[in-house]
This record gives sequence, C-alpha cells and structure tokens, in this order.
Amino acid sequence: MSVATAPAAAEGASTAKVDINTTSQWGLIWHKFTRHRLAVICGVIVLLLYVVAAFVEFIAPYDPEAQAAANAYQAPTPIHFFDAEGNFHLQPFIYGTSSKRNLDTFELEFVEDTSVRYPIGLFVKGQPYKLWGLIPGDIRLFGVSDTKAQMFLLGADRQGRDMLSRIIHGTRISMSIGLVGVIMSFFIGIVVGGISGYFGGVVDIVCQRIIEFIRSIPTIPLWLGLAAALPSNWSSLQIYFSITVILSLIGWTGLAQVVRGRALALREEDFIMAARLSGSSRSKIIFKHMVPSFMSHIIAALTLAVPEMIIAETALSFLGLGLRYPAISWGVLLQEAQNLRSVALAPWLLAPGAMVVLAVLALNFLGDGLRDAADPYRR
Amino acid sequence: MGRYIIQRLLLVIPTVIVISIISFIVIQLPPGDFLSSYIATLEAGGQVVDEAQVAALRMQYGLGEPVYVQYFKWVGGIIFQGEFGQSFQWKRPVSELIGERMMLTVVLSLASLLLVWAISLPIGIYSAVRQYSPGDYFFTLISFIGLGVPNFLLALVLMWLAYTQFGMSVGGLFSPEYADAPWSWDKFVDFLGHLWIPAIVLAIGGIAGLIRIMRANLLDELPKPYVVTARSKGMTERALVLKYPVRVALNPFVSTIGWTLPGLVSGSIIVSVVLNLPTTGPMLLTALQSQDMYLAGAILLLLSILTVIGTLISDILLAWLDPRIRFN
Repeated sequence: MSVATAPAAAEGASTAKVDINTTSQWGLIWHKFTRHRLAVICGVIVLLLYVVAAFVEFIAPYDPEAQAAANAYQAPTPIHFFDAEGNFHLQPFIYGTSSKRNLDTFELEFVEDTSVRYPIGLFVKGQPYKLWGLIPGDIRLFGVSDTKAQMFLLGADRQGRDMLSRIIHGTRISMSIGLVGVIMSFFIGIVVGGISGYFGGVVDIVCQRIIEFIRSIPTIPLWLGLAAALPSNWSSLQIYFSITVILSLIGWTGLAQVVRGRALALREEDFIMAARLSGSSRSKIIFKHMVPSFMSHIIAALTLAVPEMIIAETALSFLGLGLRYPAISWGVLLQEAQNLRSVALAPWLLAPGAMVVLAVLALNFLGDGLRDAADPYRR
Repeated sequence: MGRYIIQRLLLVIPTVIVISIISFIVIQLPPGDFLSSYIATLEAGGQVVDEAQVAALRMQYGLGEPVYVQYFKWVGGIIFQGEFGQSFQWKRPVSELIGERMMLTVVLSLASLLLVWAISLPIGIYSAVRQYSPGDYFFTLISFIGLGVPNFLLALVLMWLAYTQFGMSVGGLFSPEYADAPWSWDKFVDFLGHLWIPAIVLAIGGIAGLIRIMRANLLDELPKPYVVTARSKGMTERALVLKYPVRVALNPFVSTIGWTLPGLVSGSIIVSVVLNLPTTGPMLLTALQSQDMYLAGAILLLLSILTVIGTLISDILLAWLDPRIRFN
C-alpha cells in the first residue's frame, strides 16, 4: 500500500493538496480528471453548450422565425469599436445597413450607413418570447435596443432570418437529443450488458451474437429506413421522440459491451462472491454492488456515446428524414447548405456544421478525460 | 483452420435471415400498403388506374395475404429468380436498377478501406515509436479532428472550397462525357481520377480511429521484455519494430475491419448524397422519400449482406493471422 501511494501522494502534493489515503473514490476520480487540462476545458465548453440549450429564448438576440425578405443572405454584421471618424467607443456598436440591388450582377449588396451608431447592450429589451414556452419575457441577453437596426452576427439565411439566433435555438434539440438518446440506450445497454456479463455462458453468447449482429449492419441505411416510416403528419415533439428511440435502438451496443466487460471483470471480485454467499438476490448484486462500482466507466462511455447520437441526428435531419421544419436543430439548419450555390453565396450557412464539430470534439475530449480518470487506482 | 471457416460460414446463414427479416419490416413500415399509395399518386396526377393491372400486382406480391406469406414470396423471388420486386417510381425491376450502383458502392467502400489501411498503419507506427514528438502531436490532433468532423460535413466543405477557390465542381464519379458511356479504358482512368476524393472523405473517420488504435497497441507492446531482448542482441531498431511488436499490434487492426466496413458503407450513403455520386446512396434516399419500398428494401438488404461478407473475410483473415482464435 505504502509503495503504491508514495508516488501518487508526491504528485498530489505538487498540484493540489489531496490526501490520497483518505479521499473517497469519487474524490480521487475528480482529482485525476482535473489534471487533464484539455478535458477540463472541454467539460466547461460542454457545460456552456447545455446552459445555452436551457435558456435559448433568452440568449438568442432575435426570434428565430422573424424573417424579412430584404435581409436575405445578408453578410455577418461587423462589430465596431472605432467609428468612421476613428474615435474609440468602449461599448461595441454596429452600423445600420441598407440593401441595394447591383444592376450589373443582380445580387443584393449591403452598404453600411455610418451616420448613426447602434450600440450593442446587455439585457436589452427585444422581441417578446416565452421561455420554455411558458414564461413570457422580452429581455434578451444581448442585442441592439434600437429596432431600426438589426444585427446579423452570423449573417442571415434565405429568408432573412438571423443565423445566430437560429443556431442558438438549434442547440436545444441537437444537444438534448444526444442526451435523451443516450439515456435510453443506456437502459437497454445496462440491462443486456449486465445480464450478459453477470450470467456468462449461453446467455452471454446469445447476447454477444445479438450485439455483433447489430454492429455488423450499416447503421445509416437502417436509420433512414426506420425514420422514413414516420408519418409526415406527426408533430415535432412526436418526431423528436421517435428519432431518439430509433437512434437508441441501434446505438446501445457499444454501451452494452462496456458494461459487459466491466461486469465480467467484477464477477470474479471477492466482494461479489461475499454478497452471493450471504444470499443476496441476483438483481440486488447487479444493481446494488456491481453497478455502483463501474458507474465511473459508464459515465465515461455515456459521454463518448453522446457525440455519436448528435452526428446521427444531424445526418438524418440533413438528409430530410429526421427532424423537419418547424423544429430547429443543427441538422435542419444544415439542409440550407445542401445547395452549393447558396453556400458559395453565403458561406455562413455552414456555421451550424461548425457547432456540430465543436460539440462533438468537446464531448469526445471530455469523455476521453473521464475514461482515463474512471479508474483512479491505475497508473 | 478449415473447421473454423466452416463454423464461421454457418454463422452467416442466421445473420442473413435476420437481415432479410429486418429489411422486409422496413418495406412494410410505411402506413397502408405501397400499392394504395402508388394508386393514390397516380390518381392525384390525373391518370386512370387500370383495375386489372392493380389486381395482377396485388396477386404478385401477395398483398392482402398474411405477412409471412408476403415475406416468403419476396425472399423466394430473390433466391430463385434474382428478382427484388418492382420499383414503382422507375417502373422497372429493382435488380436492373441497382446492379451498377451496387458495384460502384462496393468499389468505393473497398477503395476507402484500402486507404484507411495504407494511411493509418505507417502513421500509427510512427506516432507510437516517436511518442510525444511534434509529429506525434500533429497526427494526434489531425486524427481527433478526423474523428470529430462528420464526413458529410467534410464533403460539403470540400465542395464549397473547390467551387469558390478553384471554380470546379467536385462530385460525381465520372466526367459528363463518360457518364452514360460503356466501360472502356478511358472511362476507367476517368473514374479513378474522380474516385479518390470521395474515397478520402469517407476514409478520414476510419483513418483517425485506426491511428489511435495502432498507436495504443504498439505502445503496449514496445516496453515488453522480448523487445528489450531483441534490442540487446543488436537488431536494428527498424527491423526490430517491424518484425515483432508491429505484428502483434496488427491483430486488433485486422479485427477492426469488422466495424470499419459497416461504418464506411454507412458513410458512403450520405457522402454519396452530398457529392452526388451514382452509388446506392442517393437512390436509397429518393426511394425512401417516395416510399418506393421494394427498391429501398433491396438496397438495405444488399448493403447489409455486403458488410456481413466483409466481416466474414476479416474474421477468417484474423484466424489465419492468429492461431489462438482458430483453436479457441
């Protein structure tokens, strides 16, 4: 014991004062996790994304459906600190823009009108909204209080809707569908994997065959096939839940394999044997003794499964077989980018894709860090 | 070895049966039978529907009969006549429609698989042998990005860059003059010239994953005593690494074909839609959108069987490489 803890204690002393000998297992995991700098940063990003997802109506500067034909494909509005005369202003501001059709190319061109400044403020009064569809409000996190000017920080889409507001609104569905889908596949995975690993023998072989089978068929065609069968007259909410069910029906196998691997390893442990000898029922052994001791591994595996779900939803919606208008998700937004000509005209249509990449990378790094920290006794 | 192969082959049979059932379920899923929706679209278009023809179709597919009868009629047609049913959208037998597209899908998937191997193997070895070198960090970064960026997004960005920067349109597998021409040497060269872009786009995810695996495996092997022994006997480092630890680390590498291939086939669907390739992807999508279910079901069935065969080959290859699997 002393041999094993000596170097670990020395390391602990160098970063934070953690008493290795008395800290709980979760304390050790936390300690090991925080040493993984990138994972911590990505954890913060993920947390921020979920905070945004929770308060989209308040954070988005505009109503995502507010459209104006005059603003179609308007380029991102530049934020200024220096006005046209070169004076510095502490509060950032934008200029109003007016659109004019270029008679040579017949494209709309946007010209900044530098005569009036419109400062960007925090907690400004904006378009009214209903938070979570319930609480009415009209104070938005940031924006331009003067309604004469509109800011498009990430440009506007085909119908002159603010891309930034739409992307922020898309965060809710895109981030939550991964979470809800993973929780569903977690239940299937933990039951099948747990049973498979606990009983072993024939049960194990049958479960493994099923998992192998599901893993051997290409998922996207199957997802597409199932998603195409959803009735077109269903509401957005029904479609949302059906899509999560479809994704988790096929996506649970990876989790089941993690659970099984841990369960197989734990089965041989002395405390499981002791529980069995003292007459605990099987379900009690699985859920009371085994599950808590591999919970940390499960959490890591869950985190790594969320980005797969996010990508799957994005792909389905992008192809038009997942969520559809009026639901807003990153995949639905990316549908606009299917047309190469509009992307060439308005590259900011690809911005939702950047959000997908950010979320997926952050979740992957976070999951990697958690997986490394999940077993704090291993060096 | 022979016994293992036979065992493995026998396992394929139930797998294929389950796949056919799932494909049939997908065919049956849309509400109402497809014939009614077909008639509805015809009538909506103002066309007159021939009652006798409808009755004949009903007979042929066993509509109105129990589901299992329909299933056996469908499977029987595939096995005994190579007939996958009729595509209502194209008004032609499915088998005529998907032949060439299926072949192109296979070629595309195989090309990406080869690329995955050819690129990830040397990089994985390099990253492990030169752990924590700038090169290792560079490839680690690249592979993490490769894992994080969905390949259809990559295809989209690539198309946009090619279009705006170089004014050319990436996409398709043939130049227009060869699109409908019969196969010839010139067409083949043209095909190869188009193939590499979608193949790389598809391969990126797999490459990223395999670099990680190869690196981790080799890092596990390198500190082992047999490596130290060989080194102390004066073997050159290159011969040493390639001859022993790489061979051991290669094992999981082969077994990953099993999951690389379904991923590639899966990815090829959506990448093909984005890049507008004449493979099964766009056809599957339009078939599903117009509920042309026999066509969609046939594509789903064939793609799945394709990956099962790929997995089978990888398993046999693995058993050939590693005697422990054969005798287990």
